[in-house]
Parts: sequence; C-alpha cells; structure tokens
Amino acid sequence: MIPAAFEYVRASSAAEAISLIGQHGSDAKFIAGGHSLLPMMKLRLAQPAVLVDISRISDLSYIKDAGDHIAIGAMTRHMDVEKSSVLAQHAPLLAHAASHVGDPQVRHRGTIGGSIAHADPASDLPATTLALGATYVVRGPSGTREIAASDFYKSFLESDLAEDEMLTEIRVPKMNGAGWSFQKFNRRAQDWAIVGVAAWRGANGSGVGLVNMGQTPILASSVSSALAGGASIADAAALAVADAQPSADNNATVEYRTHLAKVLVRRALEQASA
Amino acid sequence: MEIKVTVNGKKFTSDVEPRTLLVHYVREVLNLTGTNVGCDTSSCGACSLHLDGEAVKSCTILAVQADGAEITTIEGMAAADGTLHPMQQAFMENHGLQCGFCTPGMVMAATSLLKEIPNPTEEEVRIGLEGNLCRCTGYHNIVKAVLAAAGK
Repeated sequence: MIPAAFEYVRASSAAEAISLIGQHGSDAKFIAGGHSLLPMMKLRLAQPAVLVDISRISDLSYIKDAGDHIAIGAMTRHMDVEKSSVLAQHAPLLAHAASHVGDPQVRHRGTIGGSIAHADPASDLPATTLALGATYVVRGPSGTREIAASDFYKSFLESDLAEDEMLTEIRVPKMNGAGWSFQKFNRRAQDWAIVGVAAWRGANGSGVGLVNMGQTPILASSVSSALAGGASIADAAALAVADAQPSADNNATVEYRTHLAKVLVRRALEQASA
Repeated sequence: MEIKVTVNGKKFTSDVEPRTLLVHYVREVLNLTGTNVGCDTSSCGACSLHLDGEAVKSCTILAVQADGAEITTIEGMAAADGTLHPMQQAFMENHGLQCGFCTPGMVMAATSLLKEIPNPTEEEVRIGLEGNLCRCTGYHNIVKAVLAAAGK
C-alpha cells in the first residue's frame, strides 16, 4: 500500500512549522513519527496534499522537571517517555503507559505529541494524560495557549487544535507518590486496548482515564467523585461507565466493553490503593 | 526529492518521490531484498531494519524521513568475510527459523533489543519481540536464540 502523492516539506523550528502549515492551508498535515498518520495515508483514509515534517525539531524533544509538573516536549518519542528517570520518579503512570504503546519499533518512532494530537480514543496516552490532569501547550500564528486535557478532546480523532496550531508541550502534574495502575486488555500483544484504564489515587484525590470507551478518551469523573465521597472501591468501580459512551466493534459488544470497564477500573483502583 | 543515506556503510544519494516508503526504497532502489514486506501495516515486523542504530518498521517510514540517517539492513549484519553476526549464528544454532520470512526482521529487532537490554530475561525477550510475528509459530527457538546471543 502506497499513500497518494503529496508534497513534503521539513520544518526546523516550531515557528517555521506553523508558517508552513499556514501557507498550505487545510490540505496540509503535520507529520511527526508518522505511526498514526502514515497507516491512514496508506489506506487512503487520509490524503493530505502537503506533509510538514516536524520530527526534526530537536528543541521539542525533552523531559524537564518544572517544579510542580513535568514538561514534556511534543516530539519526545514513546521510548524516551518510557525510559525517563524523571518520569519514573514523578509520573510513573505515564512512563509505564508509554511502554504499552505499540511495540519497541513503534516506540522508537512515535511521539507523545503525535499520539495526543491524533486524539484516538483507543490510544493509551490521551487517556493517561487526561487521568493525570495534564495541560497541553499549543502554538499558533498568534502565540501559545494552554488547554486542559479535559477540554481538548472534542470527538473521534478531533481535538481543540486549530488547523494552523501545533501541540508543543505536555505538562503533567507530579504524582507525589500517589498509587497508580495501568490496565490494558487486548487479545494480542501490540494491539490497541479493547478497554484500557489509567488510574491514580493519592492524598489529593484520584483520576481515572478510560481507553476505547467512547468517541474520545474518557475521564471517569463519577468514579473519582464517589471515592472522594467515601465510596468503596467496588461501589466506585460500578460507576466506571457513567461518563462513557462505549460502542461495539469487531472485538467487543457494548455489553462486554461495559463489563470489562467495571472489572478493570476495580482492579486498577485496588492496585492504586494498595 | 533528493535524499542522502548511508546503508550498510555505503553512502547513497537518490531522488525519491515523497510517498516512497523506506522499505520500497531499500528493496527496489538499492536492491536489498532481505528486508521483507509482510503485513504492510506496521504489525508484523518483517520489514524491521535499523535506523540510526534502532529497530524500526520500514513500511511505516517515508524514505524522505530517513534522509541523513544511517541504515543497517540484514545484508549489513554479517562481516565482510561472510562471518555471521552472533545473532544470525545463534538463530542458526538454535533452529530459530522455519520458513525464514520473519527472520530478517527478528534478527534486526533482537539485536536492537540487546543494545537496550544486554542481559534480558526470557520474559524480556518475549516482550521485546512483541512487534515481530512468526507464522510458523517458531517463537520458542527464536527466544532461545536471542538468549544464546546474549550469552546465556
């Protein structure tokens, strides 16, 4: 399978990338690691006329301790998120979730920013950063703005990013020793989750993100509210789908997915509370 | 678009269409057909090669994205005198292949894995090769071969 023809340009800075995407308009797409976009282009589900390659913008590849949060450059690869000692210490849930993306070859190319900008509800990192209360930094022609992860995901593969905006940084609050768990249920290694759960629980509350339980990654706020109100793990987990809109596909019916989400949220909370 | 790459130690300058996939460039322009196209959807790993020292799936990378990179394919693993790479030797000695189609990708993924985890456990080898499928179901001996190459 070969993509439809396109023009290829390479940006060496975020400013140049935004200028290039502005020149080429709505037929242009950013490409980073390309591990979400290229498969779609090979299937002709996406046919951009122009690709703006942002993967070589080296100053967007970093993981920094920024006080109360960890700042991650959008071009940081999954493998670097997975192996980061800073994240292992301050946001181990995110490092662990990154180790479940695809397989090692995919993680050598795919980036955290690419995964989040792609806004696939079946991907691990959108739901994980949502659970962690992350903020995304976005740059456009008129400057930068910050978007809470909870305001970012709009619909299936659709986010709050404008066509001429680029995700540049992901800010993840430090977990401060909170317990955590990542549950990914799939039939084969390397597959997307049929249902996934990213959860943390600590002195300041809890956060539960659901993978593949709706048109967007889902924040299971009802579960966290119940826990805050003193509910048991079992009672809170029973609310796992209160904020979700699961649909059926080749792998699972709605009923199965609903059951799975409740079981996995319970397991995740038990592990995060241990 | 013109790209410059170093493949198995040799420098190449080529004019490629932007949509040319790296695996097609390697196979059809450079005639290095050891790298296989299997699933063509970045699942099976048959197209694995090393890009700047790390295993990647060349069916999901554009040749233009590899501009300036150092690439190693299975043809570049053995020494100039034909002495097999230790991983190739270990696959041979442990019967780590049946039909052989997945083997180039397995060898490239396994050597990349040992760079990251020089002394893996059996479980780490199995997890580390999750991106490579063997339809002969020869995983058992593939894992044995990788452990042997790691010196176990």
